[in-house]
Amino acid sequence: MTAMTGMGRTGMTALATLDGVTRRYGDITAVDDVSLAIEPGTILGLLGPNGAGKSTVLSLLQGLRRPTVGAVRLFGGDPRDAASRRALGSTPQETALPPTLRVGEVMDFVGRHFPEPLSPAELADEFGLTDLLRRQTGALSGGQRRRLSVALAFVGRPRLVLLDEPTTGLDVDARRTLWQVLRRQHEAGATVVVTSHYLEEIEALAERVVVMGAGRVLADDTLGNVVGRVGLRLVGLRTSDPAAIEALPGILRSDREDDDVLTLSVQDSDAFLVALVRSGLPFADLTVRGATLEEAFLSLTASSRLEPRP
Amino acid sequence: MTVLRLASVHAKYTLLETLRVPIAVIGGLVFPALSLLFFVVPQRQVAENPLFATQAVISLSVFAVLANSLFSFGLTIAENREKPWDPYLRTLPAPGISRVLAQVFSTGLLGLASVLPIVILGALLTEATASPDRLLGGLVALALAALPFMFLGIAIGYSMPSKAAIAVVQVLMFGLAFGGGLFLPPQAFPEWLEVFSRVLPSRQAREIVVWAVGGGTVPAWSVIGWAAWTMLSLALALLLFRRDEGRRYR
Repeated sequence: MTAMTGMGRTGMTALATLDGVTRRYGDITAVDDVSLAIEPGTILGLLGPNGAGKSTVLSLLQGLRRPTVGAVRLFGGDPRDAASRRALGSTPQETALPPTLRVGEVMDFVGRHFPEPLSPAELADEFGLTDLLRRQTGALSGGQRRRLSVALAFVGRPRLVLLDEPTTGLDVDARRTLWQVLRRQHEAGATVVVTSHYLEEIEALAERVVVMGAGRVLADDTLGNVVGRVGLRLVGLRTSDPAAIEALPGILRSDREDDDVLTLSVQDSDAFLVALVRSGLPFADLTVRGATLEEAFLSLTASSRLEPRP
Repeated sequence: MTVLRLASVHAKYTLLETLRVPIAVIGGLVFPALSLLFFVVPQRQVAENPLFATQAVISLSVFAVLANSLFSFGLTIAENREKPWDPYLRTLPAPGISRVLAQVFSTGLLGLASVLPIVILGALLTEATASPDRLLGGLVALALAALPFMFLGIAIGYSMPSKAAIAVVQVLMFGLAFGGGLFLPPQAFPEWLEVFSRVLPSRQAREIVVWAVGGGTVPAWSVIGWAAWTMLSLALALLLFRRDEGRRYR
């Protein structure tokens, strides 16, 4: 069922809330009865495969879309009213930047919407764009455009920042540099919601993790608890009878490789191994290891019994 | 205050974006001027009569602004809604009226510039005449009279995808141009059409600008009709802006 732990924390202090929100596009349900409160001071990681509903949640908070059912509040108001968005920072897709405008001009353009914006010089300094201020955005590299897009979210000194896949397409160095900037901005007081399908990114940044799959909230807890609660073990083996082994009890998920190599996700590896040995089924090359967050989250998605849309 | 300040910020950067690709501006300037060269200048009984020539220049000026408004506003907005920069701008704290006014100040200004070649060619190649203050009055009247066209263009842009917008704009543009007496003078209309055309914003715009340039009395129905069209089309544009959620996925 939908995890409702976020509801317990819903208070007057939340910067933004979704309350029983469903959003449909025609007959597709992108977000299905989601309740979520974004408290000040955290970095919240919104994690899930493509089509899980992460971007729709962000667009509801940005006032770009209306919920089909339920209520969305931003700083106590309707996010569709411009005044509610005065302390909100968002990133454009990096392909969206108007190619003929210069970096400094785009910063000035966006900054002028806010009461006390950072100057283009200050913003460029923070995000390492100083040498590029006079450059037209069409002449930037993909990584530079991405950095500018993320920088734009911070130009208005926002209290809440929504970052949709902020480091997609960046190399490792650039990604780490950007994470440092995000942590610095967070320490300076910004609450950050970051979506990603890079688990490394969520693990590096987030304190609280909301896992979404097929439009629902599957888990909403601290980073440690999300991993701990799943407590998943992965059993690897080679067998000539994979179908029979997959039929054993306690398997959450099975991945086949070459038809005879299986990776099985199980809650309790000890109990599973006892069952495996007792079954007398053939197996070889047995390995047992803990799951990474990615694997934990894949099993959460699978155990929701809803296939994530591609 | 904030509304106007944000409108001018958006207008400034929209103009800057457009002017850095100047060919887009030149196209809008050339098309109406060519209409004058092809349709008015060769007709000597119009071109050599000061009254007819002046009215022809005014009609084509109204047509230029009508065409520019519907095309630039309708198509630009419909296309922008399909690009990711526009949804980003919508996440910024700018109210809808700022965005709509910004479009009037930027795209509308460029549309108004497209009448300058008509006026210059009209003065040089026909007997059309107006004193400088009348000319200025005519331009101001034209700018105001064009507001319903601009708001209608905005409404089209926010209500349909760009491919549908092209079709709707073309039908609306030629319907309004013929029906409003911009190609054939309303005096040449059969009586039923002349009466019907008074409810069209293009006919009202024509009468208002003819009055501003030529003097005489402005018919009350044209001013009342213009005010009604302006308010209705602005309300429609704002409503559609607010309802818009960008591209629709089905």
